[in-house]
Amino acid sequence: MNVQVQSAVEAIGVSKRFGSTQALRDVDLALQPGRCLGLVGRNGAGKSTLVSILSGLLAPDSGEVRFDGSPAPALADIGAWRSRISTVFQRSTVVPDLTVAENIFLARQPRRHGLIDWRAMRTDARGVLREWDFDVDPNEQCSTLTVEQRQIVEIASALARGTRTLLLDEPTAALERDGVRRLFERVRALVAGGVAVLYISHHLEEVFEICQDVAVLRDGELVLTAPTVKLNNDQLVTAMVGNVASPTVAKRGNAARYASARAASADERLVVENVVASSARGSLAGASLVVRAGERVGLTGLLGAGVATLGRVIAGTHSYQSGRILLDGKPLRPGHPDSALAAGIGYIPEDRWAEGFVGVLPIFENMTMSIAPRLAGKLGILSPRRRALAATPLADQLSLVSSGLGQPVDELSGGNQQKVTVARALASRPKLIVAITPTRGVDVASKELLLEALIEVTRSTGASLLLASDEFDDLEICDRVVVLVRGQVFAEFSDPPYDSEQLIAATEGLIPAGSTER
Amino acid sequence: MTDVSDRELVATDLATPSSEHRARRRAAVAFVRGAALLPVLVVLVIIGALVSPHFFTTSNLTGVGQQISALGVVVVGESLIIMIGGMDLSLESTYGLAPMVAAWLILPKVDFGLGTDFSPAIGILALLAVGALVGLINGLAIVKVRLNGFIFTLAMTIILAGIQSGIVSGQTLFNLPSGFAYLGTAYVGGVPVSLLVTAAIFIIVGLFLRYHRVGRSIYAVGGNREAARAAGIRVDRIRIGVYVAGGVLAAIGGLMEAGRVSAVTGQQGYGEGIIFNVFAAAVIGGVSLKGGRGGMLGAACGVVLLGLVQNILDLGSVNSYWIEAIDGSVILLALLMARGIGGEVTAE
Repeated sequence: MNVQVQSAVEAIGVSKRFGSTQALRDVDLALQPGRCLGLVGRNGAGKSTLVSILSGLLAPDSGEVRFDGSPAPALADIGAWRSRISTVFQRSTVVPDLTVAENIFLARQPRRHGLIDWRAMRTDARGVLREWDFDVDPNEQCSTLTVEQRQIVEIASALARGTRTLLLDEPTAALERDGVRRLFERVRALVAGGVAVLYISHHLEEVFEICQDVAVLRDGELVLTAPTVKLNNDQLVTAMVGNVASPTVAKRGNAARYASARAASADERLVVENVVASSARGSLAGASLVVRAGERVGLTGLLGAGVATLGRVIAGTHSYQSGRILLDGKPLRPGHPDSALAAGIGYIPEDRWAEGFVGVLPIFENMTMSIAPRLAGKLGILSPRRRALAATPLADQLSLVSSGLGQPVDELSGGNQQKVTVARALASRPKLIVAITPTRGVDVASKELLLEALIEVTRSTGASLLLASDEFDDLEICDRVVVLVRGQVFAEFSDPPYDSEQLIAATEGLIPAGSTER
Repeated sequence: MTDVSDRELVATDLATPSSEHRARRRAAVAFVRGAALLPVLVVLVIIGALVSPHFFTTSNLTGVGQQISALGVVVVGESLIIMIGGMDLSLESTYGLAPMVAAWLILPKVDFGLGTDFSPAIGILALLAVGALVGLINGLAIVKVRLNGFIFTLAMTIILAGIQSGIVSGQTLFNLPSGFAYLGTAYVGGVPVSLLVTAAIFIIVGLFLRYHRVGRSIYAVGGNREAARAAGIRVDRIRIGVYVAGGVLAAIGGLMEAGRVSAVTGQQGYGEGIIFNVFAAAVIGGVSLKGGRGGMLGAACGVVLLGLVQNILDLGSVNSYWIEAIDGSVILLALLMARGIGGEVTAE
């Protein structure tokens, strides 16, 4: 690292402990103006803690944070912190009922005679947006904006405050492919304009694409800091997970081929016929699909193509207007997750915080929630011991890390929360697993583990899998991949490994070679 | 505390030795939250003994027991509703209306009854039916029609109180038959029957919440409704069921109160404004207004605390014009203390 350049932000010997967990141990990290530093690490490695300390939300137990070489302001002086450093979180924090300009100048509106100067606010907002070439109307209400535009508003708000250090926490998590490309252009422009960026992501290819340097956290320690050009993907993964070997994609490809040969002649387990459903996040306009017994079918498409909606409709958490859904020849009641579950569907929802678990309840209770009626004895009496015994093998199978199965799920890291959600789906020994983006926000090793578990379950129990995802790593475990465009099946690919360019072309609605056109 | 024993059990059965002490500590913390009020109750008993020699007499203590019994049954109902993430202000009116309708159907015309002269048994069935019906209306309106629970039950409160005085033209119904008044007046072995019944209700509901799958579903629905739905729990049915149970329990509480004072007045419930005490007891006892947390031990402690405070103020010959201000302040103090002991769980 260049010694002459003054670091925009510096963490020096930062340590932090929560109870018996050492979240960070003696971490040194520096952000330079005009450079983008990637921060990677597994779930629970300490990334969130480091972000909180760098952005003044948490005080370190020891060590310090410095801005441009001088000590950081007091923790209580949030305004001072925000003028130095701002974090754009995974989940949007804009106020939906206010306009873009109001959000940019939230709580520090330009004033005249003590009253808000609306005209100056709009002019200033427009100025900031124009300076960085952001295409958003300052007078628009934020509730009407796309996810991408809201993110722009948050970045603009930071820049308008004079902040020249940005922490981007999983900024691509909710963006579709084009949105990601535009975000990268924006980040490059920011870096070229002298902004220091800390880019936190589980997607290593993104880090290689836009970061000049990368830092790796493992178990609270900074184990590697290096320019990205001197590293390859494998070295980075090794740094993240330590010495744990990760299963290769090739192995999974073979497994999938084996299964597909077996499944070709099997019975039709799930039949979806001409389903029409309206949803703000992607409607279905006559989608049809067949999943055979023991088969793993991938489902992909752009944001808004109805991929998640189709998964939700099958699992019963979203209703539909017309069409039919049959499981083993029997129709499912629209919009009734309880009857879908009773019919044999296990559901891994898209948003685990919203639908995946009850945070205040213990792990074992969440894992067995889907089978509570089955575990209950006479008169519906349900012994906690039986639930705990039923949950134990699932926790082992998924290598759940916790301080005991009585721990509330709220206290687990994101990856382990997802394991609880997956366990809940598997507990009912389903005939069909509907999984929507099951590996989102999960670290590399846990992701492999979850995909392995899904392969294992389909192979050993003969369950079918419908896996809705836009991650090609997920789709790789599927015997077939079905592409949705504007709520209809557009193309289908079989025989993994899949060609990612062809898949992308199909999601964009371009007819690719090598697929079965519908 | 409902989760406590579960956690303890898992901790001893399944946790690895290295993590066992952590799980134990968690269980201990959860238990302290549930029983946080026990030391406060001890202090109140000591204060009571110091304030008046009359405090430790049988007649005073059984009186307190009778008074808190009626309130306690309503607190059980409200706690269940709060636990599923709802609220029902109209329980206080059900508490007045249900016994009023029942007495009205029982009593002869000279006593301002309807003149149907039903037997007390039918009257009690009618009382339970009124409670169930009001709960069903609330449940359907809130769960199916998706009206705001606060506003809808506020309107119901006023409507029901209006019916309560309307059907008897504002009269008070005396001369309740002994069968009808039994629950609120009788003693068994020197203990009020109402207190025994209320204690039984607390214990049964507490066990139900801990060991029955519907009880566990109540926590799941309150903790995260959508997750509960996705896990196959019939959320709507449970929510409506809890509103119905709340209405029935409020009606039973009303029956106790009517028996205790040997009359049904137009003031019972809404006119007395008991709903503040009902919410206060539940929340002081650790039932979280966010839903999903709390239990019957805490709620019972909350009820006893309010009863003791009221009794001490009565015995302490506090100027009656000031009693409400002091009562309210003590409740506020109890809330703050419960928050201090129970962390963020209690008084949010």
